Amino acid sequence: MSVKFETRDIVVPGDLLYEGRIRTGENTFRREGNVYSNKVGLVNYSKDRVSVIALEGTYTPLVGDLVVGMVSDIELGQWVVDIGASTDAILTVNDAINKSFRTNFDMTMVLDVGDVVVAKIVDLDRRRTPILSIVGRELGKVHEGFIMKITPSKIPRLIGKKGSMINMILRETRCQITIGQNGRILINGRNRDDEELVVKVIHKIETEAHTSGLTNRIQEYLRKIKEDRK
Amino acid sequence: MSKKTKKKTTKRKSSKKKWARVDGRKPDELRPLNIESGVIPNADGSAYIEMGRNKIIVGVYGPREMHPKRFSKPNRGVLRCRYHMAPFSVDPRRSPAPSRRDQEISMVITDAIEPALFLERYPRSVIDVYAEIIEADGGTRCASINAAAVALADAGIPMKDLVSSCAAGKYDGKIVLDLGDYEDKKGESDVPVAYLPKIGEVTLLQMEGIMTQEETEKCIELAIEGCKQVYEAQKEALKKKYGMVEEAEEKAEEKEQETGEEETVEEEEEE
Repeated sequence: MSVKFETRDIVVPGDLLYEGRIRTGENTFRREGNVYSNKVGLVNYSKDRVSVIALEGTYTPLVGDLVVGMVSDIELGQWVVDIGASTDAILTVNDAINKSFRTNFDMTMVLDVGDVVVAKIVDLDRRRTPILSIVGRELGKVHEGFIMKITPSKIPRLIGKKGSMINMILRETRCQITIGQNGRILINGRNRDDEELVVKVIHKIETEAHTSGLTNRIQEYLRKIKEDRK
Repeated sequence: MSKKTKKKTTKRKSSKKKWARVDGRKPDELRPLNIESGVIPNADGSAYIEMGRNKIIVGVYGPREMHPKRFSKPNRGVLRCRYHMAPFSVDPRRSPAPSRRDQEISMVITDAIEPALFLERYPRSVIDVYAEIIEADGGTRCASINAAAVALADAGIPMKDLVSSCAAGKYDGKIVLDLGDYEDKKGESDVPVAYLPKIGEVTLLQMEGIMTQEETEKCIELAIEGCKQVYEAQKEALKKKYGMVEEAEEKAEEKEQETGEEETVEEEEEE
């Protein structure tokens, strides 16, 4: 029964985090009764569990996630969408338009290969393949803007506590930003300068995601750049 | 007679003192080791290793959809490693086409790393590891495994442990650690070992040449000691990427006396 690190220490895979009985949180596993880390991250000890906040991570699809993906193939009655997860996602015609599928229906009229969509994961099927839907507000085919990729494990940091970080960026840059939980961010600004500002800021957040007091620092950084421009 | 033997012994002693390895290392000393993580921006994870004069760059992609799909497995993910020597990595120039040796070492690396991964979490997908040898100087398979383990951790792929690897062998009648190219070729024997340092399992054990049983055992023990040294370097490489930034920020923070934001943020989407 002992703690091996302090909260917010950097751990690597295989590090012994806790000896004895405790609940295992995210990114940890149990071996021979002890708890170990399985990723590079910051360890977090709470009252009854030990977890690791991953610094690098791959995207694991969860029901309810908003994702940005690209249509990679068209099959009978469904589109195959690449969302950057370990398996491709499926978008059926029923989930794309409020009509059922008929064989004479031209699917390319709705989405074609290469199109980018903002979609919601509505289900994981028996083989854990994500099922998407684009029926809903702010979902569907993307017509303008560009996509930026960051590590999916840093998405919560970009959004901030109750959206504090992203709201601040929206306010300061006046760009439209859609954050996919899969680490793909859709940015659409009024002009090129605004968009470049967003890219710069997101890069800064990505490299400093593991530090504290980030929102205030980013705000200062944004204002400084804007003043320099004037 | 006695004089003669005395002379002989003194001679031996003096020769013992003079005995040194080609590059002047101690028998249980590693070559200079330097590992860097996150060197390829477009890869999911990457690492660069310099182990003596070996220079290897490793990129990790995945877990991702496997193509061709018939090679994927329904109940688990697949690890695919590719070991490849650049044409200019050795003298004389080497054909860039994958050779029998490349294929074998690719397989050996795959088998050495696989026990450290949770492949059962990624059914029907693949994790690709590409190791490119830029400069070779003996022990490239060990160096590739070391870099691949760092690159996999850098990609955020769940691992039971890092994999450290190091060779030991017999050169000029002595058991030595981490053989270079010259020692590898002139020496009597070579034993590469890959090891899970925290779990204490050997995942790769090969042997080339002739040794007695005792010598072999001694070799394996020495190689495992080497692996433990390599492990420290790997850990440092993974932490280095973040450590530098954090220290600077902590200092800035103290000045500003900010109210630190917690890391566990709620995943709320903006409207």
